[in-house]
Amino acid sequence: MTLIGWFQIALFCAVVLALVKPLGAYMTRVFAGERTILSPVLVPIERGLYRAAGIDARHEQTWLGYGLAMLVFHALGFVSLYAILRLQDGLPLNPMGQAAVAPDLALNTAVSFVTNTNWQNYGGESTLSYLSQMLGLTPQNFLSAATGLALAVALTRGFARASSRTVGSFWVDLTRCTLYVLLPLCIGLTLFYVWQGMPQTLGASVDATTLEGARQTIAVGPVASQVAIKMLGTNGGGFFNANAAHPFENPTALANLVQMVTIFALGAAMTNVFGRMVGDERQGWAILAAMGVLFLAGVAVTYASEAAGSPALNGLGFSAGNMEGKEIRFGIVASALFAVVTTAASCGAVNAMHDSFTALGGLIPMLNMQLGEIIVGGVGAGLYGMLVFVLVALFVAGLMVGRTPEYLGKKIEAKEVKMAMLAILCLPLMMLGLTALATVLPAGLAGPANAGPHGFSEILYAFTSAAANNGSAFAGLTGNTLFYNTTLALGMAVGRFMVIVPALAIAGSLAAKKTLPASAGTLPTHGGLFVGLLVGVILIVGGLTFFPALALGPVVEHLAGAAGQTFAAGG
Amino acid sequence: MHPIRTILMSRSTPSLFSAALVGPALRDAFRKLDPRAMVRNPVLFVVEVVAVLTTVLVLGDLAVGGADLSFSGQILLWLWFTLLFANFAEALAEGRGKAQADSLRRTRTEMTAKRLTGRDGAYEIVPGTSLKRGDVVRVEAGDLIPSDGEVIAGVASVNEAAITGESAPVIRESGGDRSAVTGGTQVLSDAITVRITAAAGSTFVDRMIALVEGASRQKTPNEIALNILLAGLTLVFVFAVASIPSFAAYAGGAIPVIVLVALFVTLIPTTIGALLSAIGIAGMDRLVRFNVLALSGRAVEAAGDVDTLLLDKTGTITLGNRQATAFRPVQGVSEADLADAAQLASLADETPEGRSIVVLAKERYGLRARDMAGLAASFVPFTAQSRMSGVDLDGVSIRKGAVDAVIAAVTAQTVAARGSNAALAYAPSYTLAETETVAQVRVIAEEIAKAGGTPLAVARDGRLLGIVHLKDVVKGGIRERFAELRRMGIRTVMITGDNPLTAAAIAAEAGVDDFLAQATPEDKLALIRREQAQGKLVAMCGDGTNDAPALAQADVGVAMNTGTVAAREAGNMVDLDSDPTKLIEIVGIGKQLLMTRGALTTFSIANDVAKYFAVLPAMFLGLYPQLQVLNVMGLASPQSAILSAIIFNALIIVALIPLALKGVRYRPVGAAALLRRNLLVYGLGGVVVPFAGIKLIDLAVTALHLA
Repeated sequence: MTLIGWFQIALFCAVVLALVKPLGAYMTRVFAGERTILSPVLVPIERGLYRAAGIDARHEQTWLGYGLAMLVFHALGFVSLYAILRLQDGLPLNPMGQAAVAPDLALNTAVSFVTNTNWQNYGGESTLSYLSQMLGLTPQNFLSAATGLALAVALTRGFARASSRTVGSFWVDLTRCTLYVLLPLCIGLTLFYVWQGMPQTLGASVDATTLEGARQTIAVGPVASQVAIKMLGTNGGGFFNANAAHPFENPTALANLVQMVTIFALGAAMTNVFGRMVGDERQGWAILAAMGVLFLAGVAVTYASEAAGSPALNGLGFSAGNMEGKEIRFGIVASALFAVVTTAASCGAVNAMHDSFTALGGLIPMLNMQLGEIIVGGVGAGLYGMLVFVLVALFVAGLMVGRTPEYLGKKIEAKEVKMAMLAILCLPLMMLGLTALATVLPAGLAGPANAGPHGFSEILYAFTSAAANNGSAFAGLTGNTLFYNTTLALGMAVGRFMVIVPALAIAGSLAAKKTLPASAGTLPTHGGLFVGLLVGVILIVGGLTFFPALALGPVVEHLAGAAGQTFAAGG
Repeated sequence: MHPIRTILMSRSTPSLFSAALVGPALRDAFRKLDPRAMVRNPVLFVVEVVAVLTTVLVLGDLAVGGADLSFSGQILLWLWFTLLFANFAEALAEGRGKAQADSLRRTRTEMTAKRLTGRDGAYEIVPGTSLKRGDVVRVEAGDLIPSDGEVIAGVASVNEAAITGESAPVIRESGGDRSAVTGGTQVLSDAITVRITAAAGSTFVDRMIALVEGASRQKTPNEIALNILLAGLTLVFVFAVASIPSFAAYAGGAIPVIVLVALFVTLIPTTIGALLSAIGIAGMDRLVRFNVLALSGRAVEAAGDVDTLLLDKTGTITLGNRQATAFRPVQGVSEADLADAAQLASLADETPEGRSIVVLAKERYGLRARDMAGLAASFVPFTAQSRMSGVDLDGVSIRKGAVDAVIAAVTAQTVAARGSNAALAYAPSYTLAETETVAQVRVIAEEIAKAGGTPLAVARDGRLLGIVHLKDVVKGGIRERFAELRRMGIRTVMITGDNPLTAAAIAAEAGVDDFLAQATPEDKLALIRREQAQGKLVAMCGDGTNDAPALAQADVGVAMNTGTVAAREAGNMVDLDSDPTKLIEIVGIGKQLLMTRGALTTFSIANDVAKYFAVLPAMFLGLYPQLQVLNVMGLASPQSAILSAIIFNALIIVALIPLALKGVRYRPVGAAALLRRNLLVYGLGGVVVPFAGIKLIDLAVTALHLA
């Protein structure tokens, strides 16, 4: 580890923190339906959209109505994306003549993009037409991100409102979020990325002759616009198979920093939106602080572990840390930081091969996802995932002050606990359950590239990433098979909707409750004590479940590696 | 008849593990293994299912002579111990209530009732159990009141020792706030006609028995929520443990089922699962021993959540009677002179106010009560018309009373002495000095009223001497109690019939946060509704029929046992001692109950860290010897590690029974400080203690060659 390395990490944190307040203030206005700087341009468009869709913008929905609207919307999004993928060979904008996507891969890909996972069992440049990328995937990149933000806002309204039947309008939240937040930011970012050297073209691949005289096909396409929303919306689906490690998808150090910052920007700002909406910004900062503690701990472990390198390589005279699978342009710090950021948030873009990380370096990204991606998290998803943990933490510890536990004046009762536990339960069920299945079925065992604990880690990572809606891959795993396409799709769908629906139910239940005024007997939830409590509960309730699995994967690998033992590559 | 109070009180400091309680509790521990009873507790039910399946497995192994029977046999034994310890905790808590219920039952005797048949007072003798609601019975001196009811005619003194333990008889009469009678109490003199309000089996005593026995115990809202959390955590660990065999198979090995069972049972929150119902029962029990009957567990929980406490001024905040605190003479009259006159006027006054004047005069001026018989005095009693009382002796007449009344009387006397008629009472012939005296008296009276006191004018022979300052005396220590409540985050509101000026002064002196002056029952109800509309929980106590709507509306309504039937029906707690100050203690008991639950839940969950470190390395050692590093406790062998973990898991239940039954102490220090302390003790303690405990057990297990 170097001082410069830590300086880079500090710079990243400072930029993210600096964005929290301005973005938070702007987004709060957007979701409250107030005038913003962009209103003169966007209000007519917004009105036109509502008129075209026959939506009454003033009509609010109950949590159930909100949830049903969201589900129907996603079902339609899934069907249309699936259709585009299956029919892309007959559709326009296919200069490379890509064939129709196979049914199981199309299913996996459609679920993947609808759920904001962007798990890619396909190679972008070798499988998809430009139309599939631009009209199939990109809208989902926007809409799945907007959905996450909308749901976080709906849950926040549950805390902010009292004795209310409704939690907002899904249609309005979705429209405003896309129109006022995602689109303007993406346009700016696209221009920035083009300046940094990313291609933005509808032309076919370029053929070039290399210095050695060999012919090389260089894939290009509308990259910059894809990358903008891929990061901002924590989608993570790369235009190229190599994702952010590809020079066209991540051309410069500055582009790398901006990409990392944009992964965290909206998620971090949502904590501020939360604080503003409940009328106490400190509440948002406390949540961000808990996220920050876990994030920095993760960065420290991964960075230290990568910087130390693997004993096997060090023994061969490589002492510069673990550079396997990393872009030389980014080096250890930027790769380690990127890995932690992308898995802490639900992004899944990668600028290095997580598979090649040291055992402990690879453990942190996995743990980040297993905790439910609540460390800043996916846009919106991180906040509502975190709030679920807040409810559990306060329910357990809040009793210790001798009152029925409450958060922000809302009593935490049977219904909230039930829904919170449901949301928490579905992750270990999918991550551990599907991994257990894959480690005994022949179809599952055919997947990993390595034997021993590392192969186990590859499988565990895949299902963890899917259920957490992350989408990053450990690589190494051959995922484009019937078995993995379907099981991963299941994991993604359950991991998304089995969290969203209970979170919405909590929103509805909380909104209907009265808000209790705070008193000396109320547990303050904006101080260090609360942050510590929250971190402890997240690690014990969320993390301990995965202890056996992690022990058999990365932990064993690390211990074995330290002892100089390696595991032979298997079939 | 056994006074129950004596029984209740004799149990106020019971030893937790006294032989009389432990014996039956041990028997009950086995009886409670019945799965039909067990299913109420999800965590324990899962443990039982696992234990049964494991038993079958071990028996199967036994039949075929499987390996390591001593190890799996011991694990199995401790599985069942875990269940028995949990049952024992619950049985012990129930046992304490059962002993009380038995005593109550013995007090019920076969009662007969004189049921009225017509208007002429004719009655028939029927068994007490045949009475229905609405029946009217006559109860005469020496009779036991056959069932709960309301006096509709007559007045009688009643011995209620059976319920309250108070041996002094109380008056029960029709109308007013003292019309409720309780079945099983005895009429000592006179006769009353009672309308029965509770059929046999649902009387107050019946409810009391059911309550202390825990028979009518239903899970409270918070308990239900906690049970959901525990069930959810159990399910999480089902996933965590059930996926291990596949993982192990991938690593090329297998984990014995008995080891998986041990890991699962140690991980799920058995500690809090085992003690949860004991905590609830103990909470109710604490109230009972405090002579308060909570008619539902929900009410006890609500007590912990109370935000606003409505307290009646009289009897709760003040001593209930005004007392003389100062003599304020007019110019030209000495204080001693005024005191002497006031004392003389009060010698025959048996009201607390009158007695306090005598006492004050004696304390200040050494004026001793004189032998009135020797003075040939004649007393003038207080009447509502004259609003004065006094004494005539040796031709001297002394009057004391309401300021206006005394001034009016003095003026009339002066006018009469001058031979004028009444129409000239305010004529200029009235001397300047006299006008000044009246003005002075009025100024002093005003001053006293502003300070929250009551002025009492004293006149001798038609001449105003001055004023006695009567004051509501705030109970000693009550200010500190309110400060304590404020630190708990509870707002206190004083309810009084006084005018706002007086109320404000007393409120300031007592340190309450707010007051409701000139309060009518409607005002009280409106105040409660207003507080509740803000989401606050309100507690109050009351005894009169006009309190009933407010008692019913309040989240915690404590009815005084001396109160009316309506009040008792409306409240959700009954205070047998009829002491309104107890509301404060009731809140503390509610908080204690919630805290104990939270503390043990936190402890239970935090324990998992150490248990993982004990069991996991032992479990996976065969697959990957490298994982020995995780054996941070240095446990002797995989088998001893697993055995130690499950033994610790079972023994910690027993170790925590006293805490569960006694409760975690509540300190009014504010939520943040309280949480910091409890997190340190039960959170951090919960992480650290099992490391030490499992290590110690491992040493013992190894020394005894158990594994």
